[in-house]
Amino acid sequence: MINLELPKKIEDTRSLLRRFSRDGLRPLSRKYDLLEQKEMPQELYELSKLLGMGGNRPAAKAEAAAKGENINGGNLSMVVASAELCWGDVGLFLALPSIGLGNAAVSAVATPEQKAEWGDLFAAMAITEPGAGSDSAAIRTTAVLDGDDYVLNGTKIFVTDGYRSKQVVVWASLDLAMGKAAIKSFLVPKGTPGMTVTRVEHKLGIRSSDTAQIVLENCRVPKANLLGNPEIAKTADARKKAFGGVMQTFDNTRPMVAAQAVGLARAALDLTLELLQAKGIELDFAKGYHQMSALENDLYELEAEYETARLLVLKAAWMADNGQPNSKNASMSKAKAGRMGNQVALKCVEICGQLGYSKAHLLEKFARDSKIIDIYEGTQQIQQLIVARQVLGKSSSELK
Amino acid sequence: MATTELLFDLTPGEEQQMTREVVQRFAREEMAAVARAADEAGALPEGFLLKTVDLGLNFMPIPEALGGVGAGRSPVSNVLNMEDLARGDMSMAIAALAPLSVINCVMDFGTPAQQEQVSQVLASAEFSPAALALMEPGIGFDARCLQTTAALQGDGSYLLNGAKSMVAFGPEAKILVVFADTEAGATQGFVLDGETAGLSFEKEDYMGLRPLPLYSMVLENTVVPASARLRDDFDISRFLSLGKMATAALAVGTCQSVLDYVVPYVNERTAFGEPISNRQAVAFMVADMATEIEGMRLMAYRAASQAEQGLDFTRIAFLAHRNAVRYGMKIGTDGVQLLGGHGFTREHPVEMWYRNLRALAMLDGMLLA
Repeated sequence: MINLELPKKIEDTRSLLRRFSRDGLRPLSRKYDLLEQKEMPQELYELSKLLGMGGNRPAAKAEAAAKGENINGGNLSMVVASAELCWGDVGLFLALPSIGLGNAAVSAVATPEQKAEWGDLFAAMAITEPGAGSDSAAIRTTAVLDGDDYVLNGTKIFVTDGYRSKQVVVWASLDLAMGKAAIKSFLVPKGTPGMTVTRVEHKLGIRSSDTAQIVLENCRVPKANLLGNPEIAKTADARKKAFGGVMQTFDNTRPMVAAQAVGLARAALDLTLELLQAKGIELDFAKGYHQMSALENDLYELEAEYETARLLVLKAAWMADNGQPNSKNASMSKAKAGRMGNQVALKCVEICGQLGYSKAHLLEKFARDSKIIDIYEGTQQIQQLIVARQVLGKSSSELK
Repeated sequence: MATTELLFDLTPGEEQQMTREVVQRFAREEMAAVARAADEAGALPEGFLLKTVDLGLNFMPIPEALGGVGAGRSPVSNVLNMEDLARGDMSMAIAALAPLSVINCVMDFGTPAQQEQVSQVLASAEFSPAALALMEPGIGFDARCLQTTAALQGDGSYLLNGAKSMVAFGPEAKILVVFADTEAGATQGFVLDGETAGLSFEKEDYMGLRPLPLYSMVLENTVVPASARLRDDFDISRFLSLGKMATAALAVGTCQSVLDYVVPYVNERTAFGEPISNRQAVAFMVADMATEIEGMRLMAYRAASQAEQGLDFTRIAFLAHRNAVRYGMKIGTDGVQLLGGHGFTREHPVEMWYRNLRALAMLDGMLLA
């Protein structure tokens, strides 16, 4: 039965997280934006343990989905939770240890012994390199087997939480000649000799979240730290499939990143409406086109964009929960939400004029923070490319 | 129904799924195939309306006691059917759905006598034309402040004066629900039959929706009995919101047909030695088209499901409609653009969809989900 409202259980968590965002994150927003990682938000670390989030589908739910039952599982909960926390602050959300982008990749494949050895996970994900961004198959970092260790060499940039995380999941190639299929991910605990954080970026937004450059110089990790299957697929078909498996992670993570834009946009709209209310302007959602002011017209448009992006995100997550192939929808949600979050936040600054532009309020910060969501986890243009290939039935060599 | 216990779900119910298959096939075979000819002729295909009776849509919301199926009012089912019929052709879909919209309106807001009246006339083996008449001529139509007036007479009857526009079927209509503002400033609907005196019609001519017979209507001291008035609890806001989601559903279906048409075209059309869809400038337009259609669809479904669950759906219906008007037209114009000069000719349907999609902005109150 078609229903696009959230079930009570998720709705309850949502209101709880809204309170956490309002009372826990918002009061720290400006402080850590200004501090720009000179200090880390220590007060958050204890709080974040209470959140205990994870995007994995419990086995029972996967079974129910296979039987054709409707599931509202981890993916739906996660997008809703991400949006709520990003309503509070995207930068601080990224600084929460439980959010480590590499966490899911590790917990999916780590053995119980490894989990015990590695301890509490706060794993950053190191994919991008100076010469390879959206084209993640073009990375040059290498991993060479030497005895019982892999030896890693290369440079990683734009590693979210790369500085303060406890582990880094590094993407590296076992054999540069073998292309995509040879790309594997490796867990490197912080303090491993040969891995150095060489630089922390100064950014337009999400300043409370650190973005690091990491250099790997003959960095040795045990063989078992290779996450997943260590074999390089033999046939061209199997190679394609293997990299497909790597890329599939994005089908789950893209809606979650898209959800960040949903939360941020809501925050910008809520604050804008609050400021306007003080001036006596309120939306009533019943006006005809010919009766509304230009300002109202803008606000209605932003609300429409927001709601649309939100539903696209919920759908992509719901499909993942129900075992439906969602690559196209995941990219649709990321393309639309990334664009929407940026558009909404910038327009809210314009609507509120000098007050919006001023550091006296958070609207200018939302506008700065919003841009990155349209970029990381695949730029808007990469998402358009993926959607286009699927809609048009094109391969990546036909539609480049 | 305790709505809070429901799970998020995008799967139509079994009945809805079965109906969809039938309606979609009908849209392909009986509508899409003849849409261009109907547009050129400026008339509905011979026998088309009668064929729509077999879909049985009019019978669904009518109680069994009145000769219907008694399936209850389902805005979700309506939205699905509107989407699917519009995928065949928007003009023909509106014509087919106008009587159902009258039924929906009277089931929601009519007196028992009016419900019996519309059931008798519209739940029939014949197609009986009927329409809602809300729109008024000119620029700046405001549904919350109608120019058509209803003055209460000493004997309890009403005197209607004013002008309406975009009235489907016009003089052919067996039932018209006309909306007017009373002296107290409230908006009310009046159920008129085709015999009512004091109505004059004139055929209207529009850039699109050409097969749909649309009329202007002048009401000059038209006297209607008190019994023609919808119930006191008629809710114009609810009425308009149910109309907005209907418009959104039409946009989804029509835009889907644009996408369905341009995908094979851009894949087959070559320029500079390869399909034009190998270029991002073309491919990204298609990707955005697909994304916005998906978004419009989810908005229409959400508005409908809120309405069905008895939740306040004013906001989402409003936003779904806005979105549909904006992106519906964007997709209409992009559809032509993607075919270049060929898209501008009447050899391809994209110019017809371009003309039809512009109507989304002025369909207020024509259909009711």
